[in-house]
Amino acid sequence: MSDLPGIRAAQQAAPAAPSATDLVPPSPRQDDDARWLTPLASSGPAHDRAVRELHLLLLRASTFEVRRRSAALGLSASSELDDIANQAADDALLAIMSRLDRFERRSKFTTWAYKFAIHSAGVAVRRHAWRNRDLSPDSSESLEHLTRLSDDPGEAAETRELLARIATAITRLTAHQRDVLLALAVDGVPIDVLADRLSSNRNALYKTLHDARARLRGLLDDEETTG
Amino acid sequence: MTSPTPPLVAALLGPAGPEIGCDECFERLDGYVELEIAGADAEASTPGMRAHLDGCPACSEEHQSLHAFVLTSNEEGDNA
Repeated sequence: MSDLPGIRAAQQAAPAAPSATDLVPPSPRQDDDARWLTPLASSGPAHDRAVRELHLLLLRASTFEVRRRSAALGLSASSELDDIANQAADDALLAIMSRLDRFERRSKFTTWAYKFAIHSAGVAVRRHAWRNRDLSPDSSESLEHLTRLSDDPGEAAETRELLARIATAITRLTAHQRDVLLALAVDGVPIDVLADRLSSNRNALYKTLHDARARLRGLLDDEETTG
Repeated sequence: MTSPTPPLVAALLGPAGPEIGCDECFERLDGYVELEIAGADAEASTPGMRAHLDGCPACSEEHQSLHAFVLTSNEEGDNA
């Protein structure tokens, strides 16, 4: 880790007399080196202190996200959710420590670190909320549900017509595209939960979703052109 | 006037414009949020991010949470 450019430059800089530039507050990026990157990449008491302080910040971020996400999902406060926040902070710390050399300084170090805690906590709460829910083994029920919605008098006529065209076009997608699209868009399965069940990951499933949506829009456009 | 797209139709058809994927979204999210908070043109720094956030509920939730948490931390002086 000590070959980070900023750290190497700091180590090589000789002590100098105060100059006019010393009167200017250091930029957030310079602060990051002294406050976080140098101690985290070193060993000894300064390292241990920085790790403890970072873990506390990550726990605040993960607790914030657990409360936010569990409220949105209607989950009551529980010791399980507290455990999830703690585990998410631990996971985020491990992820950050293994990626210190990949911090690209597009933001403050703390903002970069917070996103790991929020990601870990959000994924964990979604998994927790869906832990006892079965996913439909195939998408035929979801497609039937979509077809029923296209007959729902509660929907605007324009929407009903569009949903009916979409339901027809969906049958022309590949089976995998159809299953992923209907699970995510109609059944509301969180993408990380579906990724777990399909032994996939968020990025790969979103690519499938993106391709399915593009194909669907293309089919509807073709219909309008030829119809 | 065009009526707003119903959420189910939007979820099925997704954003029409070019968009980045979830991995790139995560990579760029921290810088994007800081630019937004600073009032800068965040989308110019990462073209396709806005479309992705419109199309991916999970990434959108993380974006909203990071934005809210950084704002709170800035106000409390903890984002140093």
